[in-house]
Amino acid sequence: MKRLSAALAALALSTTLAVAAEPDPSDWTAVLGDARGETVYWNAWGGSQSINAYIDWVGGELQERFGVKLVHVKIDDTANAVATVVTEKAAGKDEDGTIDLIWINGENFASMKRQGLLFGPDWAQQLPNWRYVDVENQPTITTDFTIPTDGMESPWGMAKLVFFYDSARTDAGDLPDSADELLAWSKDNRGRFSYPQPPDFIGSSFLKQILSEKIADPAKLLKPVEADEFAELSKPLFDYLDELHPNLWRSAKAFPKDYPSMSQLLADGELDITFAFNPAEASSAIANDLLPDTVRSFTFSGGTLSNTHFVAIPYNAAAKAGALVTANFLLSPEAQARKQDPQIWGDPTVLAMDRLDDADRARFASLDLGIATLRPDELGPALPEPHPSWMSMVEEEWARRYGVAN
Amino acid sequence: MGAPLRRRQLAAPFPVLRFAPAIAIAVLALPVIGGLAGTFLPAFGYLPALGGESLSLEPFQIVLAQPGLLRSCGIALAAGVVTAAVSTVLVALFVGGWSQTRTFRFIQSLVSPLLAVPHAAAAFGLAFMIAPSGFLARLVSPWATGWDRPPDWLIVNDSLGLSLMLGLIVKEVPFLLLMTLAALPQVRLAASTRLSASLGYGRVSGFLFTTWPAIYRQIRLAVFAVIAFASSAVDVAVILGPTTPSALPVRLVQWMNDPELTSRFMASAGAVLQLGITLAALLVWLLLERIGRMAVMHFCGEGRRFGTDRAIRHVALTSVVLTALIVFGGLAVLALWSVSGLWQFPNVLPDTLTLRGWMRSMPQIAGPLWTTVTVGFASTALSALIVIGSLAREGQVRRAGNRWALFFLYLPLLVPQAGFVFGLKLFLTHGGVGATWMALVLVHMVFVLPYVFLSLAAPWRAFDPRYEAIAAGLGKGPWATLLAIRLPMLSRAILVACAVGFAVSVGQYLPTVLIGAGRLVTITTEAVALGSGGNRRVVGIYAFLQMLLPFLGFAFAALVPALLFRNRRAMKVA
Repeated sequence: MKRLSAALAALALSTTLAVAAEPDPSDWTAVLGDARGETVYWNAWGGSQSINAYIDWVGGELQERFGVKLVHVKIDDTANAVATVVTEKAAGKDEDGTIDLIWINGENFASMKRQGLLFGPDWAQQLPNWRYVDVENQPTITTDFTIPTDGMESPWGMAKLVFFYDSARTDAGDLPDSADELLAWSKDNRGRFSYPQPPDFIGSSFLKQILSEKIADPAKLLKPVEADEFAELSKPLFDYLDELHPNLWRSAKAFPKDYPSMSQLLADGELDITFAFNPAEASSAIANDLLPDTVRSFTFSGGTLSNTHFVAIPYNAAAKAGALVTANFLLSPEAQARKQDPQIWGDPTVLAMDRLDDADRARFASLDLGIATLRPDELGPALPEPHPSWMSMVEEEWARRYGVAN
Repeated sequence: MGAPLRRRQLAAPFPVLRFAPAIAIAVLALPVIGGLAGTFLPAFGYLPALGGESLSLEPFQIVLAQPGLLRSCGIALAAGVVTAAVSTVLVALFVGGWSQTRTFRFIQSLVSPLLAVPHAAAAFGLAFMIAPSGFLARLVSPWATGWDRPPDWLIVNDSLGLSLMLGLIVKEVPFLLLMTLAALPQVRLAASTRLSASLGYGRVSGFLFTTWPAIYRQIRLAVFAVIAFASSAVDVAVILGPTTPSALPVRLVQWMNDPELTSRFMASAGAVLQLGITLAALLVWLLLERIGRMAVMHFCGEGRRFGTDRAIRHVALTSVVLTALIVFGGLAVLALWSVSGLWQFPNVLPDTLTLRGWMRSMPQIAGPLWTTVTVGFASTALSALIVIGSLAREGQVRRAGNRWALFFLYLPLLVPQAGFVFGLKLFLTHGGVGATWMALVLVHMVFVLPYVFLSLAAPWRAFDPRYEAIAAGLGKGPWATLLAIRLPMLSRAILVACAVGFAVSVGQYLPTVLIGAGRLVTITTEAVALGSGGNRRVVGIYAFLQMLLPFLGFAFAALVPALLFRNRRAMKVA
């Protein structure tokens, strides 16, 4: 065994490249030079074919333009990527880590920042394409789930919780306009609503939406929550779920795996109301023949959760220069416009239109956002994300209560 | 045998081959034993690299405190015992009721290809058939059922794991049937059938009383392998199994994939628990064996003849045909989904057909496809070399492998993958080996080699030694004899064995997930990752590729000898 491992170790060693010094994002020419020939391992959620195809396109462009090879390491929970870096730090692997870029936000970012696992600070603002970013109007671009980003993550897209229904089956007048109305609706339409099983990101976000609406004092959500007050403060959420669950799809004995699964169930006619964290999700699904063209969107007039998602670089990344080049390319008007196209993905841009030149503005203006996408002024107010500590406690309590057979 | 003299004449040794059996055993046993050590030590808190210096029971306490653990274990245990029992009984009744008939030969050729279908693809196919929005419901809706929308029925992912068990049974039946067919020539089936029939016994009872005990003795290890697999299968359980909570193997992989340091101890303890569950399933099986034997003895002793067994014969036939049809139907539906446009319930066929899914997936398929094919080729080729070496050596020393050799062959099939692959991964990681292609090939070999050996051993041993004797008589050395006579004449058997090995490699899920660590992905890991819910077109594409690869392997194995021997009449398939 030992000899085998030794031989294998030697083999592995021979394929590993030496590491360069830390790149300096203010000297972009040097960054581009360092990046050429690097392989960037990007750990990003891989559950959506449209997103995977987009990342694949990014990889092709990076290779062609900058000589950077991009490998999409598909993960189903970003927490696993965080834990990998934690493990590497504990094992003393302070350079040449296995992850170069992580698709991240919220409690995963907070956790990495707190533990000193991120490259930075202040690299994001030094990216050449940062000048296009809509810093003034989008507070969530610099404050991620109440935590200042400090330039340790670069924005990639905007997200807002939006619901979908099939207008061929459901009358727009019957749609719920709040968590309470949703509960009432579910009683009249048993088995026609569900949410992805936490800790799926979208499933957990749904729980936070309910929590935000039901908690007595929403200001509490913006501060860290202590274990001893959690039970009391979260009681309205779990009382709500206790009442909701018997009315859910499969009586809550099974849950959809993620939001693409819910879209499939909407197409099948198993669910009547679904949701996603992307206002253009329905249009994108219609464009890809996943949903009928009678599907439409709605939100709650009292507001739904909204946030920004980012990319970050671990402190021990092996290809930091390549990761910087990738993050910068993701912010380019070209990449952002392609991302916002519902035919491709439909994820809203983080760029400010008034900062773009005419040609780039035209790229966005010419996008057909799709028949099922609400206009920005129809999206309703944005609810802030709770402090990251809430999410982990809500997920834990959920698993304890509903994750085991009942 | 009367052959010693002749054999000795040509037994000029192949010195190189002396080590082939040792290498084979090393490839099989070292990873299993090393992996088990790598699982057990951390399970008891010992893993110095992570600061675990002393033994403790804490990892087990953490595992046992997981919510819903009892239920997860129960599902795994039931999946092992129930599916093996149903499959074994079905196969016994079917072979007893229908052997030596035309129906039997027809069903045999219908069921055999199922063996090459990877578990995940079969499970997806099944899900696409039986789900409330699946093909079967669409066939009868709305005209017969009145459903214009799927009923809210919990079928796939049901809490009791019934879909999971069905998904396992449809793959176990062909496996056990083929194992039984391989054992049939060694019993005097025709004579026993005539005798028992002349004494007034029904077909099934006559078979069970006279022939089955001898057959069962021979397929017993295969049944054990089925139990071990079913109680620890991850991919099928991810696709069809319950989620609140999941079966133990699925939760185990979640713990294993949690890269947090402390989780390694817990995941190891969980793996030991999995070993315990599989062992428990085997023990329950031993008990069932006894009960079964007593029942057969009891009825036999009473002189019951069960002369009319029409009903049971037809139940067995229908069940076996259904298992085949539901998988083939499911695979056809999968293929259709991969090219479908919008396809809403209750439409039996898609509104439109489009290649868009394929066009979009193509660029992303290339990488996993390349890994799948190269790892499959490499692990199969290396395994075939070792197996041929071992068999050549065995012929040379004139001694077939003993019981121990058989034990080693079955070892990787009897020990649940989750029980030792994780330990092996820890070993490799701490030995500085990450997710490398070579590591993946070596781990695949652990599972490919036994199947290559089991497929090739019988034709190899049945080869008429006189051909080689003649070659030796003409002055050819042992190498020339091996390369010019035996290998070409056995090329068909060797290629079929390689096709089996390739199919096994393509189907590997857990070892690929753990050793590949997300950097090396194959069609199978992609199919399971993308497919457990989401986009049916993507599932269709990946599952279609998953079943296509093994079929290409078998087609290649059939085609090459046909070309090779196109002007050798005696080498044609009879």
